[in-house]
Amino acid sequence: MKQRLITLSRIVHTGTVNFIRNATLAVAAIAVMVVTLTIVLFSVITNATFENTIKQITNKISVSVYLSDSTTDAQAKQLVARLKQQPEVSRVVYLDKQQALQAFVDSNGSNTNLQVAATEAGNPIPATINVYPRNLNEVQEIKDYLVKPDNKKLQTPESPSYNGDRKEAIDNITHATNVLRKIGIVTVAVFAVICALIIFNTIQMAIFNRRSEIQIMRLLGASTSYIRGPFVVESAIYGLLSAVFSVLIVNSVFLASSNALQASSLGLLDIHYANEYFGDHFWELLTMQIAIGIIIGTVSSVIATRRYLKFKSK
Amino acid sequence: MILLDRVSKKYPRAENHAALERITLHIDPKEFVIVIGQSGAGKTTLLRLLTREERPTSGKIIVGGIDYDKLKDKDIPMLRRKIGVVFQDFKLLPNKNVFENVAFALEIVGISNREIRHTVPKVLDIVNLKGKEKHMPMELSGGERQRVAIARAVVRQPRILVADEPTGNLDPKHAWEVIKVLEKINRYGTTVLLTTHNQEIVNKLRRRVITIKDGRITSDRANATYNGKA
Repeated sequence: MKQRLITLSRIVHTGTVNFIRNATLAVAAIAVMVVTLTIVLFSVITNATFENTIKQITNKISVSVYLSDSTTDAQAKQLVARLKQQPEVSRVVYLDKQQALQAFVDSNGSNTNLQVAATEAGNPIPATINVYPRNLNEVQEIKDYLVKPDNKKLQTPESPSYNGDRKEAIDNITHATNVLRKIGIVTVAVFAVICALIIFNTIQMAIFNRRSEIQIMRLLGASTSYIRGPFVVESAIYGLLSAVFSVLIVNSVFLASSNALQASSLGLLDIHYANEYFGDHFWELLTMQIAIGIIIGTVSSVIATRRYLKFKSK
Repeated sequence: MILLDRVSKKYPRAENHAALERITLHIDPKEFVIVIGQSGAGKTTLLRLLTREERPTSGKIIVGGIDYDKLKDKDIPMLRRKIGVVFQDFKLLPNKNVFENVAFALEIVGISNREIRHTVPKVLDIVNLKGKEKHMPMELSGGERQRVAIARAVVRQPRILVADEPTGNLDPKHAWEVIKVLEKINRYGTTVLLTTHNQEIVNKLRRRVITIKDGRITSDRANATYNGKA
């Protein structure tokens, strides 16, 4: 045990000393890693921002259920309870006839004629249940549930509202958000893979430059782990520093943008939210970057040293 | 101590020409043996077989009781720790200073830091490098670098020291300093196997001389001299 601790401390010490003594190589490798890790971080934040935009759109979309006047309050509440139990339903808001009228009046604040007409006709607005889906893709399932005979008999003929123009609009939004989500995930994945390959290549080049050291150590009888260890430690230091620098760069960009950019969004990208997301998730993002940097760095160095550690078989 | 029985080595790209052909050799403990021969005769191949940098195409090698046929890859580091090696091109670790280069040989076998601090200065003293501990290899002369390499090879007190043309890159003065260190080590009981084609060194040392020509041993004489024609 004591022997292992001595070996481990020597590996860490040698890796750290090598990092300092190979400063030029280290700066070059870290520069490349910082650029790639910064791109990954930006793509993660952009993806989260798009996700938030999609969520906001989803929250505004609901299926309205208009209850016929013959439906009793108890029947309405039973339907609300059943809807709440549906897995695809996020939340349910019930408005009785009076509340529905009030909502109608509120939402048509500027059109006084319509308000007067609605009030004078002795409240023609039916009691309404607004059903919000968890996921836009599940709107059809909610509708299917609502048109079941037991449920349908409580509603007016035009209920539920997921029909015609409204159906088309919801379907279009659903399609757009699905595409956006896929683009986001693919972009993050592509950048992550590119980042891994670039970092691997950088570390491979750094180790290639020092392959003779590995071969000398091999000739002197050093074990595989004792030779490889310091390279792994050195690469982990590259990863750690690159991750910290990438987060600092993104932080400075957001600080600068919040001062310089007056606009709160850039096309579909909500800069305000992106900034807020970065601030709220600072430690998680820093940890993620450090983990990516260290894992890719160490794995790359293990793979890159392997070829120089092989013994001749013939 | 060292036994080679009908050892041949052919490189895959030179199938028609054997680097070594049916070499049979026996070296006793504490011997000082010089291997001579022109460039390409097979001297370096012989040493590379002993350190298991190369595998023989046929034949048997036994060093210090270890049969190389039964040696697994994972045991090669253990074998190399038992043999001190000095290379013509020094093979010092460029990122380590003199002290660290020598200490490395002890670190890999798990010697404590305290013992390293005690042993390394002693060995550096033997090779006349006292005061150069903090120098990096690139700050040293060729002779000094070679003495660092020798210090590194002997610091573990190996029973066998293999030196591949250690004076090849040195002027006569530095070459003699290196040879003197090797003689000193041999007096302490280490078997030394030295390859060279320096006539003067061979003639002054008057030790057992093995001559290799075209991969074959052409002579093996005690207290021998060398006329420069191998």
